Amino acid sequence: MGLKNKDLLGLKQLSADEIMEILETAKAMKMVLQSNVKKTSHLQGKSVITLFYENSTRTRLSFELASKYMGSASANISASGSSVAKGESLLDTARTIDMMATDIIIMRHSQSGAPHFIAPHLNASVVNAGDGMNEHPTQALLDMFTMYERWGDFAGKNVAICGDIYHSRVVRSNAIGLNKLGANVSVYGPKTMMPIGIDKMGCRVADSVEDAVKGADAVMGLRVQLERQHKSLFPSVAEYSHFYGISEEMLSKAKDGALLMHPGPCNHGVELPTCVYDCDQSVINEQVTNGVAVRMAVLYLLNARRNNL
Amino acid sequence: MNIIIKNCNVLGKEQKELFIKDGKFVASYSDSEADRVIDLGGKQVIPGLIDMHCHLREPGFEYRETIASGTRSAAKGGFTSVCPMPNTKPVADNAAVISGILKKAQDAGYCRVYPIGAASKGLSGKELAEIGLMKEAGAVAVSDDGKPIATAELLRKVLEYSSDFDMPVLNHCEEMSLADGAMNEGAISTSIGIRGIPTAAEDIMIARDIIMAEYLGLPIHICHVSTKGGVRMIRDAKARGVKVTCETCPHYFTLTEESCLDYDSNFKMNPPLRTEEDKLAIIEGIKDGTIDCIVTDHAPHHEDEKVLEFSLANNGIVGFETAFALGYTYLVKPGTITLEKLVEVMCFNPSEILKLGRGGLNEGDDADLTVVDLENEFTFEKDKMLTKGRNTPYDGYKLYGEPVLTIMGGNITYEKLC
Repeated sequence: MGLKNKDLLGLKQLSADEIMEILETAKAMKMVLQSNVKKTSHLQGKSVITLFYENSTRTRLSFELASKYMGSASANISASGSSVAKGESLLDTARTIDMMATDIIIMRHSQSGAPHFIAPHLNASVVNAGDGMNEHPTQALLDMFTMYERWGDFAGKNVAICGDIYHSRVVRSNAIGLNKLGANVSVYGPKTMMPIGIDKMGCRVADSVEDAVKGADAVMGLRVQLERQHKSLFPSVAEYSHFYGISEEMLSKAKDGALLMHPGPCNHGVELPTCVYDCDQSVINEQVTNGVAVRMAVLYLLNARRNNL
Repeated sequence: MNIIIKNCNVLGKEQKELFIKDGKFVASYSDSEADRVIDLGGKQVIPGLIDMHCHLREPGFEYRETIASGTRSAAKGGFTSVCPMPNTKPVADNAAVISGILKKAQDAGYCRVYPIGAASKGLSGKELAEIGLMKEAGAVAVSDDGKPIATAELLRKVLEYSSDFDMPVLNHCEEMSLADGAMNEGAISTSIGIRGIPTAAEDIMIARDIIMAEYLGLPIHICHVSTKGGVRMIRDAKARGVKVTCETCPHYFTLTEESCLDYDSNFKMNPPLRTEEDKLAIIEGIKDGTIDCIVTDHAPHHEDEKVLEFSLANNGIVGFETAFALGYTYLVKPGTITLEKLVEVMCFNPSEILKLGRGGLNEGDDADLTVVDLENEFTFEKDKMLTKGRNTPYDGYKLYGEPVLTIMGGNITYEKLC
């Protein structure tokens, strides 16, 4: 069936069927990843560029490895070492990359809508690797893939997400994707970090961490951006972790065997204590592996669409 | 130039002929004395429109617009008088800059230009600008537009001092500490991850202004109202006898925040596009007289400043060449208000608030008029605009009420008649 659009801008733009196709493809890619010879030829003769305007460890490296495992020519550009530092506009930079016969541009940008803005101007496919507070589609896809491997189905499953909901693109993409596949999403965090109208995105706004995680099949913590403390969104790290952190006790209110997830990087002792990070239910490290498989799947499907046109 | 206009309707009433001589409407004279005789074939004549809130960008930002290009665009939109805001470079906060603007406007000859001076020096919100001297030079009001008059204390001084010179005070209402955003705050801004500006930011400042005007018993004019709460407070204040007037713009009664879903910066302005509920409240406010004026807030930008990531793009859209047609198509045609009411909010009320003495079509009045085609639909095309700006959200809109002839002081400033 394949993907409908040239670009992967967000979960908003994907149908339930397309999401499922990505997850199924990721299963096969994970097998490649776990084999002795991590090499396919799907992207041979193709070029993949990562263009990152914000820092990243996991996302950038996993995209880069994914494209290399699949045989593409790949290169990285970051804002500080390019003409961006000379004041080149985003559109000019993107067009420049596009004119080098680039097939896929993977972009992270601090501004919401930045990939949506450039995509229509480019021949290359644009993959959103995180845009401002809007979406982080491949993170949500890898989260959903991690769930899918365990559950086999999303219908009626409950997912709790706790932390800085306002600034989180991970929440938005997960809420959209999980809703499309029939799961229920509960969110909780300080009111100062709860965006108005989040309920309209199909999220139940919980009253407490306990209310959010009670009966959950998966519990997801979010990184607290400690620099935001200066904006008076919360009074102190100690108070935050006391009222909003996911403690062992809180995790025990979730269903037996519920998955404990975190997109990383994690502030140990803030959003969750190290003992929770490392507990048996934690799939945080597996999420990282799955990130490569899911990104291979995304690159594979986008490239297949390009080849078929 | 002697012009005779034949076969026209004047504000709904049929009137066969209008006679213009030496820049004024006069009693009849014979066709042979006329330089031109224009047969309108029954088209509508209205008094020349007045835009009391626009940005002509000169001096300082001529790459966006000049006084000549801006007033030419205004003439195409049916305006014969426009009031540019003082956020130029240098700021229009002294008599010299005001005089310079008037000189350029006169040289261009497309519109009467009535500059609005800065309320505070350099728009800095700190000390009073030379309001009296600016008035002498030709400024008709003061404002720190783009920003609110910064503190309640300064607002008080501006209102008090301006009243000595009978100078209207126009205020951009926005509580800046709440306004760190790029669109209306709500479910849409949350869904697309853009920082929102709450309606409360506008409402809090409108409340402050009403309270201060009421306390001092002095008039204040609220710029570009966009919220339901703002309309309600102004309605209540007027009923109590507070001397408050206000304006809105066509985009606040034709568009909503939903237009921002695709991150198109042609829908980014300040105040931001609000909800359907706010839009309906604005329309109701125009209908019941709470809102006195429709202004354009014409804000041309260079493409480099607009074709950007949404949050980084400049605020504002151009508006001269769509304002009347949007008012006619969205308010008059559906029967919400009459043509007379539209002329009231786009001519008579701005003239009264700024004490311009314009809008007359009688013998002895300056010959400022606009002819509008109310019958034929037209497609608005951004590439045919006369403004330097291309930042309009209305490209391709099918509208009624195209201005086809504009006369200012007896001179034809725009003509599209066949």
